[in-house]
Amino acid sequence: MNKQISDKAAQRHAPIYEALERFRKMRIVPFDVPGHKHGRGNPELVELLGSKCVGIDVNSMKPLDNLCHPISVIKEAEELAASAFGAAHAFLMVGGTTSAVQSMILSCCKKGDKIIMPRNVHRSVINALVLCGAKPIYVNPEVDNHLGISLGMKVSEVERTIQENPDAVAVLVNNPTYYGICSDIKKITEIAHKNNMYVLADEAHGTHFYFGDNMPISAMEAGADMSSISMHKSGGSLTQSSLLLIGPNVNQGYVRQIINLTQTTSGSYLLLSSLDISRRNLALRGRESFNELVKMAEYARGEINKIEGYYAFSKEMVNKDDIFDFDTTKLSVHTLDIGLAGIETYDILRDEYDIQIEFGDLGNILAYLSIGDRKQEVERLVSALADIKRRYQKDKTGMLSQEYISPIVAMTPQESFYSGKESLPIKETKGRICSEFVMCYPPGIPILAPGEEITDKIIDYILYAKEKGCSLTGPEDEKIERLNVVKEGKNNGYMVFR
Amino acid sequence: MDIWYSDNHTDNINFSLRINRQLFSAESELQRIDILESVEMGKVLVSDGDLVFTQKDEFIYHEMITHPAMAVHPNVRKVLVIGGGDGGVVRELIKYSTIEKIDVVEPDKLLVEVCSEYFPEIAGSLNDKRVSIRYEDGLRFIRSKTDVYDLIIIDSPNPFGHGEGLFTKEFYGNCYNALRDDGIMINQNECPFYEEEAYQCQRMHNKIVKTFPIVKVYQAFIPSYPSGHWLFGFASKQYHPTKDLNKVDWYIKGIGTKYYQPTIHEGVFALPVYVEELLKNVE
Repeated sequence: MNKQISDKAAQRHAPIYEALERFRKMRIVPFDVPGHKHGRGNPELVELLGSKCVGIDVNSMKPLDNLCHPISVIKEAEELAASAFGAAHAFLMVGGTTSAVQSMILSCCKKGDKIIMPRNVHRSVINALVLCGAKPIYVNPEVDNHLGISLGMKVSEVERTIQENPDAVAVLVNNPTYYGICSDIKKITEIAHKNNMYVLADEAHGTHFYFGDNMPISAMEAGADMSSISMHKSGGSLTQSSLLLIGPNVNQGYVRQIINLTQTTSGSYLLLSSLDISRRNLALRGRESFNELVKMAEYARGEINKIEGYYAFSKEMVNKDDIFDFDTTKLSVHTLDIGLAGIETYDILRDEYDIQIEFGDLGNILAYLSIGDRKQEVERLVSALADIKRRYQKDKTGMLSQEYISPIVAMTPQESFYSGKESLPIKETKGRICSEFVMCYPPGIPILAPGEEITDKIIDYILYAKEKGCSLTGPEDEKIERLNVVKEGKNNGYMVFR
Repeated sequence: MDIWYSDNHTDNINFSLRINRQLFSAESELQRIDILESVEMGKVLVSDGDLVFTQKDEFIYHEMITHPAMAVHPNVRKVLVIGGGDGGVVRELIKYSTIEKIDVVEPDKLLVEVCSEYFPEIAGSLNDKRVSIRYEDGLRFIRSKTDVYDLIIIDSPNPFGHGEGLFTKEFYGNCYNALRDDGIMINQNECPFYEEEAYQCQRMHNKIVKTFPIVKVYQAFIPSYPSGHWLFGFASKQYHPTKDLNKVDWYIKGIGTKYYQPTIHEGVFALPVYVEELLKNVE
């Protein structure tokens, strides 16, 4: 009881923010970087961002601590974040959740190590494998054929994969997926730990699990070893700021070293203070805010489901297996039954209704709701969907739904990325090993990852997604007409400069 | 005492009224509402600092948003007023005995209460037995309505505040859907003179043109509104605003007005060249 009260009192502090306030009042004369000197050297930037903002864009210094080796206010902020999230330690990250995910993987895996993961991981996961040379062992995710989305990992599938790969070092779990679907992370953690494997959680879309009521279980609560938290998504901090959480069995000093391999030595205080303030807000008011958010999402789902033809899915899908739980703050809507691909609906919403949503895939859209939303904007979204149905509804014959294409991993991502390669027109790549990513962005989940064999199915899928207007990224060729594949024959690694 | 209330028409132009006293001020969930007693323009209704209407010239706005459509459509029975919790539009509508039902969808209950106290001569109209008031979001209300109304009047404040959803394509689209096959939609279409408003004017017009087959804009002169020159949109599925005007029928009804009359009706659709170009650019 007393501890709870003192915790709550401690959470009212925002050490980095408070240090910046003290710093501002000291009116220090800057003979250090950044060179804009509180904005004086760049009035146009001040005009855009405001003097308060550029005034705290400052360098690491004694009163403000140093992100590479925190000993004072950043350390305190990290400890408060750890306590708010129930972690042994929290690292403030300024390179996006991508850097948190990469640090997790680089902390656990070396060249040649196996890591077990679902195929619907974010590109940052496979990027980390390119960097460290670990080998992905994919657990086939189940797929909902009607909605065309990948679901969670079945515990039985994870168990089987672990038995087949007892030498794997870690298991990575999406908690939740972009669409809000959770695997049974607690059970998976138990099994992984029994087999001496680390459990890493990608919680880019799960910050609120740590604060809201009746939310799916968070990774730290489930006993996972590390978790990457996109504070800038549901947590409300500035874009590019994130947290990396670790449990009690992870060596904090080693993880710090790994982070410092790739992290900037000039961590932005705008990002750091936004993490600090957002953590405080979540700790003090997160519960109420997320309860409101769930209500708003439920309301939106109810209204959208009243318009026949759309399906805003939710907890009714939960089967305690491959959909172990569902994050009800996510507003995903299946649009295929009105004869529109998700990506088409996404484009119409933006081009004709001035509504920007998070993404559209072949069969669904995802509208990202957060603590910043108001009822009136939700009304606009629902009404726009009603109007789109009135104007565009057509037969859905011939519309493709997303399907899971089981990857054929022929090489590790690192081997293929650094091997000799040649560029071929997409249609001529059948049977070759891809040496780069192809993905729709967002959600940024690879259709092809480096080291995977290209099949007819994949080629058809890429061409269809292009035709429907998906924003494809990854390949060196901007127009995505050609793909880099591993050169056959002798394979000396080299880089291609043109 | 020297009290002045200023309505910002642009960042650099104010419209100022000498005020005797402030009669009321309160905040609802949606807006701050003030009632001021001005020296020359009578009582003034203010929302979030913006002038909504003055007692002296509100008749122009309320007549002109109502009667042109009523003089064109030969058989208006069911009307929807979006916004309009002050009762001004309804006061004009209840002059027609042929109207059977008037739905008023006003999101802010406080506005209705305040107006019935301070502007009984306007808001008293809401007590007419044909009127039913729904306190909800207009966008939400109309979503589920198909083929119900002969006339929809969008009496919305401005495109930046809580009524923003009423200036959107989704709203106009849902209005189209809620109208019968020969229905008409009237909206206040902002002022074409100042840059910011002119831009909004174009955006609205563009969205409505894409939604309705017949869209014409008409004008009125309202002293207390920005630049005094105000536009309305006439969007229709079937009837043409001037070709289908039935002057004789309207006169026979004996509707009492202070601004509108069928001869004005023919004139107000003739627009200044710059306004015509402004609109044509987005058609």
